[in-house]
Amino acid sequence: MMDTAEMLRIFNRHRGDAIVVPGRGGRHWVKISDRPNRDLPLGDPAMGGHASFAMGLALALPGQRIVLFDSDGDVQMGMGILATIAEQQPRNFYHFMLDNECYATTGGQPVPNAKTIAYDAVARACGYTRVHAIDNLETFAIQIEGILSAPGPVFTWLKVRPEVENQPIGARSKWRTRSQVQAIADLRKELGITER
Amino acid sequence: MSDTLKSGLSPEKVLAEMKKNGVTHVVWLPDSETNWLYLLMKEDPSLTLVGVNREGLAFSAAAGIAAGGKRPLILIQNTGLMESGDSLRGWAIGLNVPVVLMVGYRGWTRHGVNTDTAAVYTERFLNAFGVNYYLVEGDADAQRISIAFEEATKTKRPVALLVADEYHGFN
Repeated sequence: MMDTAEMLRIFNRHRGDAIVVPGRGGRHWVKISDRPNRDLPLGDPAMGGHASFAMGLALALPGQRIVLFDSDGDVQMGMGILATIAEQQPRNFYHFMLDNECYATTGGQPVPNAKTIAYDAVARACGYTRVHAIDNLETFAIQIEGILSAPGPVFTWLKVRPEVENQPIGARSKWRTRSQVQAIADLRKELGITER
Repeated sequence: MSDTLKSGLSPEKVLAEMKKNGVTHVVWLPDSETNWLYLLMKEDPSLTLVGVNREGLAFSAAAGIAAGGKRPLILIQNTGLMESGDSLRGWAIGLNVPVVLMVGYRGWTRHGVNTDTAAVYTERFLNAFGVNYYLVEGDADAQRISIAFEEATKTKRPVALLVADEYHGFN
């Protein structure tokens, strides 16, 4: 299993000008990214929707590379979107899924069938043609450049160590430095997208 | 029967309103009444159809499309709308997405009492989330489609159109 922050540091060296939706990796990513105006650290607007949001972004911005760090819990909640993504075939979409085998933000309870579900097989069966499964940093460091240089949609299953939170939500440290709406506004400004 | 009810809502009119308001992507989950609209949308090169298999996913997909500067429309049935409460809250309202929801109003009747609970709870659901809505029964109401788009843009919130007529074939 990988350390999520270490994995993201390696990814950042290959990020280029990609737009990054850091999902559950957001708390680490905001400290690592050196292009915050091309990041959408949205936290958790509603569980299960990160992949569909990022897919929508990829469809709207075909000239930009969109990278998503999804989670196993989110994918299980919105698994049907994998078929939609495969149907839409956004060539600019890179779908990484952090698999910590649990719901870390609610105390670490296991996601259904956490130990044996094969997410790479699920993605492939839904129609992703480029699928990877990586469980260590060494392999990730070797493969990341190739993953990002192939046309999307690409699904990459990453085994990561759980970072379980047990404190009441109100007592947890806030990692987001901007509101969700501000983050989107900053990205739109960066890309020169005018308000309708 | 009034002229409105006689004429119904034509798919050609709905498509024309979509194009007039700059819709680029239709995020949808079909129901039995929308096939003719689907056939028209599919033939239109200016529209990208994004089919989802759970209505909640439509709200997050539309939020991403809107964040990227394009104009989505969500086309779902009221049953699926009610399944989508958390996504409506978090992705559409929470991110200030100015999206129009075209919602098939299953079970609604102008006459007598609604007995289908899908219809009974639809407006209560929208009121609970503070989402404004307009009833569209026929082509005479089609201007409400543009009104909904204008309101969504102005308020940066979702606005619903309750389609109280089954889409039907070419008129």
